[in-house]
Amino acid sequence: MSTADMMTSNAPLLQVENLTMRFGGLVAVNSLSFQAAKGDITALIGPNGAGKTTVFNCITGFYKPTEGRIGLRHGEADFETGLNAVTASDKASISTEKGSIYLLERLPDFRISKDARVARTFQNIRLFSGMTLVENLMVAQHNPLMVASNFTFGGLLGFSRYREAEKAAKEKASFWLNKVGLYDRADNPAGDLPYGDQRRLEIARAMCTDPVLLCLDEPAAGLNPRESLLLNGLLRSIRDDHGTSLLLIEHDMSVVMEVSDHIVVLDYGTKIADGTPKQIQTDPKVIAAYLGVDDEELEKVEAEVSA
Amino acid sequence: MSASSSEMMTANVPKGVNWSYAFKEAFTTAVIALALLCLLLGVTTEGGQNILIFKPARLAFAVFLAFVVRFLVVVQKERKAARLEAERLDAVAGIQPKKRRNWFERAEPYLQPVLFFLMAFFPIVLVTTLGGQASTKWVDNYGIVIMIYIMLGWGLNIVVGLAGLLDLGYVAFYAIGSYTYALLAQYYGFSFWMALPVAGVMAALWGIMLGFPVLRLRGDYLAVVTLAFGEIIRSVAVNWKDFTGGSAGISAPKITFFGIPFNASDEGFAAKFGLEFLPIHRSIFLYYIIFGLAILTAVVTLKLKKLPIGRAWEALREDEIACKSLGLNTRNTKLTAFAIGAMFGGFAGAFFGARQGFLTPESFSFEESVLILATVVFGGMGSLVGVVLAAIVLNGGSELLREATFLEPYIGSDPNRYRLFVVGVGMVVMMLWKPRGLISTRTPTVFLNERKAVSGSLVKEGHG
Ligand SMILES: Nc1ncnc2c1ncn2[C@@H]1O[C@H](COP(=O)(O)OP(=O)(O)OP(=O)(O)O)[C@@H](O)[C@H]1O
Ligand SMILES: [Mg+2]
Repeated sequence: MSTADMMTSNAPLLQVENLTMRFGGLVAVNSLSFQAAKGDITALIGPNGAGKTTVFNCITGFYKPTEGRIGLRHGEADFETGLNAVTASDKASISTEKGSIYLLERLPDFRISKDARVARTFQNIRLFSGMTLVENLMVAQHNPLMVASNFTFGGLLGFSRYREAEKAAKEKASFWLNKVGLYDRADNPAGDLPYGDQRRLEIARAMCTDPVLLCLDEPAAGLNPRESLLLNGLLRSIRDDHGTSLLLIEHDMSVVMEVSDHIVVLDYGTKIADGTPKQIQTDPKVIAAYLGVDDEELEKVEAEVSA
Repeated sequence: MSASSSEMMTANVPKGVNWSYAFKEAFTTAVIALALLCLLLGVTTEGGQNILIFKPARLAFAVFLAFVVRFLVVVQKERKAARLEAERLDAVAGIQPKKRRNWFERAEPYLQPVLFFLMAFFPIVLVTTLGGQASTKWVDNYGIVIMIYIMLGWGLNIVVGLAGLLDLGYVAFYAIGSYTYALLAQYYGFSFWMALPVAGVMAALWGIMLGFPVLRLRGDYLAVVTLAFGEIIRSVAVNWKDFTGGSAGISAPKITFFGIPFNASDEGFAAKFGLEFLPIHRSIFLYYIIFGLAILTAVVTLKLKKLPIGRAWEALREDEIACKSLGLNTRNTKLTAFAIGAMFGGFAGAFFGARQGFLTPESFSFEESVLILATVVFGGMGSLVGVVLAAIVLNGGSELLREATFLEPYIGSDPNRYRLFVVGVGMVVMMLWKPRGLISTRTPTVFLNERKAVSGSLVKEGHG
């Protein structure tokens, strides 16, 4: 499938090319290529162990891919020429007046959030459980606050610049706590929250870093149907009101089919389908992968579906 | 109907203690102690002669101690179980449980001001009550020593309590501070006040030097490497004889009152100020220097905790991977924790040099690191008040042991030999009683509506 076939409505934001990740003999991700468009919710689905989380870990810098290129664009810079220019150089990014291009696999982990503005949540929630909800959201605003405190010196001396920045940071924290419906518990420890609330707090925390791309690893896992519905609303609002595109790993099809603009399906580390929710729902390979049909029967299933 | 329901509403009374059970338990423990200790404590040999000497007094003492401790533990346990059972029955009957707080939790809010005033006026109160002569020992052996450990505990608290990096070699920075002062004074004639900032900077630089190689280590591995670092610094001090004087030691100029020495001469402090010469003048001056340095440590720590850097330290302790995903430079965060913690160790070291007047590498042994770490762990990770309490108990306790000559018939001469033993027993007791340390709640650094303490059970201890 060439790039043109992917027919994403909007301009690409993230471009993954030939991404391969091996752990010893195990190929967790096998030459995966896909694009996530700006303003879209892109879903990455597949059976357990398909390699979805591994893809996330490569994009957000926790794993260094064995092979492949992961490009991210800010603004309107020309993606292809920009990418080739960075790849040829030994730098991790270039900026033009129209925008910047980042090669995520070259950035050290924390710079992916700090500079490339890709935020993420974790499959097994990682909150600062001994810190309160506001504190969690304040840590997420560490980098701008650090600058405002003149790298601690201004803050120690009580400069007004830092006090104002802190006030703004608290306002932003309140905004996101309200948005995820946790404002009343702002001063409680994060570890005391019920599971579903912890998931939403983790999303709020990631959003406090002002990301252009938010990667969510199974945000609906363990949620009840009512909470899933609320989550759908939250994800749409993040896309529509905050200009943050989303990349979503999810098993809950009621979430995936409802909110995604574009779906990529992985099975044993290989991409088996890529398209709109409609296309994916009727794709025989996807059905076979999810039902666990082996190759011989696949033809039968295909015949049935197309009949 | 209404009568019975009002009867129902009276809270259940906890059952009484089963005394015979407690006695039985205590007796069993005493028998076990007797069996275990009869050969260890009951008999000794003297001076290489083949004669067994029986020591019934100290054996009886130990067995009695085992009996009493077990008795008290059982009674306490029974009481607690009975109370919990009564509360459970109350809950079943739908009676609102009264919020119970034990004496310690009730005292907590007052601890900070009380301890501050105690520390601030300790020498003054002593001198006015005991007089200058008699209080010297108390100010010197207790006040100053405890104050040094409070400061070291507060410094290490930044690394261990806040950033969650287990550092077993903190004494190295204390040593670096001391030797920086002694060497600068010897080779360049620096005064204490000139050397003090240099000692802090040197220690901080070495903190960064240690920080770099251990950045990727966590937990046990980090502990082992930091322990080795402490030993390396001590070995260098022992072996680099030309420079540091080796194990023979090096002299460091004693503290002066801004150039005026504390001695009995005409140029001395007492003569200049028209006072009768007393060693206590020097002790009080020293006390207030270390008090000032310690308060500086506390104020800086409290300020840093509320700044982004301090929150980053605590976040690092909670979850390093989440920190990275939020764009925190974990390398710099760790290095600043090491550097700032080490800096305060360096200040304390320079002070130690000026107090002792003479340094040998023996002052900076591993045992010292253990004591400082015990202060932090006892106090409760991250709590400043906890460190003060722990320093008073651990050091005051072991200094008091020196005084406990009345115990000699039972435990032999020089009760101070039991210093580390007491620390060990204290550790075990703490693990059972308050596993998270004396002060086990965490105060949030920022709040929207109200500041509520965070229970220690939610706070992580860090992985490295
Ligand atoms: N650090 C690692 N070392 C070795 N193998 C790994 C590592 N991380 C992942 N794997 C393996 O890679 C494969 C893909 O794992 P991954 O976690 O990406 O799956 P997933 O699609 O997220 O599954 P799930 O839906 O269960 O979360 C699995 O076989 C897993 O065991
Ligand atoms: Mg996964």
